[in-house]
Amino acid sequence: MITTSDLIALLPLIALSAAAVVVMLAIAVRRNHRLAFVLTVAGILISLITIKSASDLVPRVITPLVLVDRYGLVFIVMALAAGLVTAVLCREYFHVREGHPEEIYLLILTALLGAGVLATARHFASFFLGLEILSVSLFVLIAYPLRENRSLEAGVKYLVLSGVASAFLLFGMALVYAETGTMEFSVLGGAPGTFPSTIGTMLILVAVGFKLSLVPFHLWTADVYQGAPAPITALLATVSKGSVFILLLRYGLESGILRVPVLDVLLPLIAVVSMLVGNFLALRQNNIKRILAYSSIAHMGYLLVAVVASNIVGGDLAAEALLIYLAAYFAMTLAAFGVVAVMSPADREADDLEDYTGLFWSRPWLATVFSVALLSLAGIPLTAGFIGKFYLFTAGSQGSLWLLLGALIVGSGLGLYYYLRVVFQMAQAPELAPASPKTAPVGMHLLLAALLLLIVGLGVYPAPFIDLLHP
Amino acid sequence: MLAALILILVVGGLVAWLAERYGANAPRWVAAVALALDGVLLVPYFARGFPDVGVWLDDVRWRWIPRFGISFHLGMDGVSLLLIALTIFLGFMAVAASWTEIKQRIGFFHFNLLWTLAGVLGVFLALDLFLFFVFWEIMIVPMYFLIALWGHENRAYAAIKFFLFTQVSGLLMLLALVVLAIIHYRDSGVYTFDYFDLLQTNLEVDTALWLMLGFFIAFTVKLPGVPFHTWLPDAHTQAPTGGSVILAGVMLKTGAYGLLRFVIPFFPEVVADFSPVAMGLGVAGILYGGMLAFAQSDMKRLVAYSSISHMGFVLVGLYAWNAAALQGVVMTLLAHGVSSAALFMLAGSVQERIHTRDMGRMGGLWTDVPRMAAIGLFFSVAALGMPGLGNFIGEFLVLLGAYRVDAPVTAAAALGLIIAPVYSLILIQRAFHGGAREIHRIRDFGARELAAMSLLIVATVWMGVYPQSMLNVSDAWVKNSLKGWQEGIVQTYSKPSDGRLANRRRP
Repeated sequence: MITTSDLIALLPLIALSAAAVVVMLAIAVRRNHRLAFVLTVAGILISLITIKSASDLVPRVITPLVLVDRYGLVFIVMALAAGLVTAVLCREYFHVREGHPEEIYLLILTALLGAGVLATARHFASFFLGLEILSVSLFVLIAYPLRENRSLEAGVKYLVLSGVASAFLLFGMALVYAETGTMEFSVLGGAPGTFPSTIGTMLILVAVGFKLSLVPFHLWTADVYQGAPAPITALLATVSKGSVFILLLRYGLESGILRVPVLDVLLPLIAVVSMLVGNFLALRQNNIKRILAYSSIAHMGYLLVAVVASNIVGGDLAAEALLIYLAAYFAMTLAAFGVVAVMSPADREADDLEDYTGLFWSRPWLATVFSVALLSLAGIPLTAGFIGKFYLFTAGSQGSLWLLLGALIVGSGLGLYYYLRVVFQMAQAPELAPASPKTAPVGMHLLLAALLLLIVGLGVYPAPFIDLLHP
Repeated sequence: MLAALILILVVGGLVAWLAERYGANAPRWVAAVALALDGVLLVPYFARGFPDVGVWLDDVRWRWIPRFGISFHLGMDGVSLLLIALTIFLGFMAVAASWTEIKQRIGFFHFNLLWTLAGVLGVFLALDLFLFFVFWEIMIVPMYFLIALWGHENRAYAAIKFFLFTQVSGLLMLLALVVLAIIHYRDSGVYTFDYFDLLQTNLEVDTALWLMLGFFIAFTVKLPGVPFHTWLPDAHTQAPTGGSVILAGVMLKTGAYGLLRFVIPFFPEVVADFSPVAMGLGVAGILYGGMLAFAQSDMKRLVAYSSISHMGFVLVGLYAWNAAALQGVVMTLLAHGVSSAALFMLAGSVQERIHTRDMGRMGGLWTDVPRMAAIGLFFSVAALGMPGLGNFIGEFLVLLGAYRVDAPVTAAAALGLIIAPVYSLILIQRAFHGGAREIHRIRDFGARELAAMSLLIVATVWMGVYPQSMLNVSDAWVKNSLKGWQEGIVQTYSKPSDGRLANRRRP
């Protein structure tokens, strides 16, 4: 029986669904870029407002499928904010390009809905539903510029591999279900370690690893990042991965899979390999989007430290670390891709390292935002990335995960090299005076300013945000 | 007051950046004024005198991240006061040295210069380990830009090497300090990163060894000690003159400061066992750095390697940990700061005039630029440890103190006093003496450069003839640091020891 309180707790997701329907109908009646954009932004804002009333009711289990709790809500706020940023970026990005951009917004809303469901899932059914809502939206978003070969290639790549991953996921769930007779995370803990359910859990982790682009399931990452339009890459890198991480943590904690023999070795191994391989592959790239793609593989490896530690230090510190790092990661990734989007001329994307030569002297503001985002990704103090890294160190040391922390240190050193390469490139004197670049609209600059403020604010004075998670 | 020291430089940096539009000299004056303000703030501390009891001259503490008991905690004692004074003094020298050398992006240059100095001041003042780490890392970023933007031909490589070495070793330190805080948390149930709280942490010897290594590596990279020194010759050589002055004069001192403020007080048990290794590394640095300095043909590289050699004395003195050695360490830090800054400024002005640092292409410069040559000779002689000048006092005291602890090591370290004249004089000989290899028509030092150099000369002579004025400032700190040791030693052994490091049991 669903009560009014349950509905209020679910309001953020309901608002998103309603907004998606409204936007769809609006497009059907009249194609208008501005209208679709305004409706989408309004939908996201309404959803954000409803979070306040939902937050009074947490934690709350609603049907066997959904658990709305503090961490889930904090993540939904982050995802909605990221969706807002993406929408604004898309408005400018597709404004100067050909085609009908209206459906972009509809798909952003459904992607956010999928992420919200994932972040609150406590059951295999909602897990799968959320993941598919999110993924299907992303297939279309990635391949949205239909005439671009790269985007199409990226979309098809993601579609095929994602389909395979879903197959793994379903088969894994079936095996676990056959063994345990339940699909609720919290009941699964009963019989870990038996043969079919261990295999099943591994298959589920394969699918999760694919979504998070963890090594060895990372092969799609660079191509898809490069091929997708920059604002969509930002969405893919943040919301999609973040929501899967929240799910992984909840699933891991409630079902106790992290204590299962074999898995308690495999997961740390995947983390170490992701950190090292991701960073090594990024070292020699000359394409900004590929650099960010490989660095995101490494960052997913870093984040796994929190998940692995959750088994030892308890869910609260792990969730806190995970969410703090994710918040920082969201802000810096969005800022970085935002700069790429603003830099891109109408006919192509500015993703070559050469495009950024001398940016400090031609467009100092963009260069400043980009440098701060990169330094934050590298984990330099006074940026959000450092606070995230500090949390990972804390969680990892509490759990005595010395191997993981060692890899984290080595990985950060490697990471620093390629982040600084970009910064150095921007600081070089340009060879010839650049033609006066097009000036981006004020909205974009305000957006970048907000992200910059967020990165520095979280880095300098994180106490308010920490209080939110740890009252 | 203490926060103002840092804040003035931070704000000054921003103003300097913006001031560029009002003319090329505006950022320079802004930087000079900001440093002068800081200098004025220091005067009361020196004027007030130094009591025998109570080490801390000033202290400020604000809550920052209560979740982990992190506070914005700054404190100053005699050692930090001296090092801060050195920092501000050399900050002036860096501004002066860059006055004509830096012609592009002057505002941004001075912004980076002041922010580096602000970070260094933070390192010397921070009494919260988290805060210390923040300053430790943050001072690298503007220094990276100084090298990467205004450096010489191979600047990209040098800048990134510098950044990587310090950052990765810094992460080891971060890990160590987080683990230290967590051990304290498990004992007491309170998260804290405060210096004085963490001093009370009980550690098992095995854990303490690993933690100590985490800190030790980070600080030895910065010092630098062999075998972590390889970033230094590149960074110092490629940096612009102002950057080299700050690097050699001030930034290396943060490594020594970290050792004396954190490593030795935190981990006395393992430091005692570890001291032969550390002193051995110090001696290796003295000899190896000295020999490599002799072999260089690049003027700045020679000075850079000589820094490695001098910092070896610091390592030896620190791990001897008795009154004479510690006073020697403080004097060496100050004197080397001044003399190496002067030599880098000299090398910088030579390069600015004849566009090379290759001593093979110099020679016979004395007739062209007698003032430069004479000043160069003065500082070379100071660096080689001539009695009556500052460096001699420092190294002599270090050897005196170390001899009581380990005579063979001290004997080996003393060989450095033989190598130093060789490489110092070869610098003079190849650059200024002999027949002219190429015809240079170059300008000698002008009034501004002479004024800067004479200040440095005065400082060196003062440290040489009246070192007591400096020793008084750090005296309280030395006594207090040793008192803890002596008590511990008395508890461990029945007969009082002469200050040699020994296993110390905490009460």
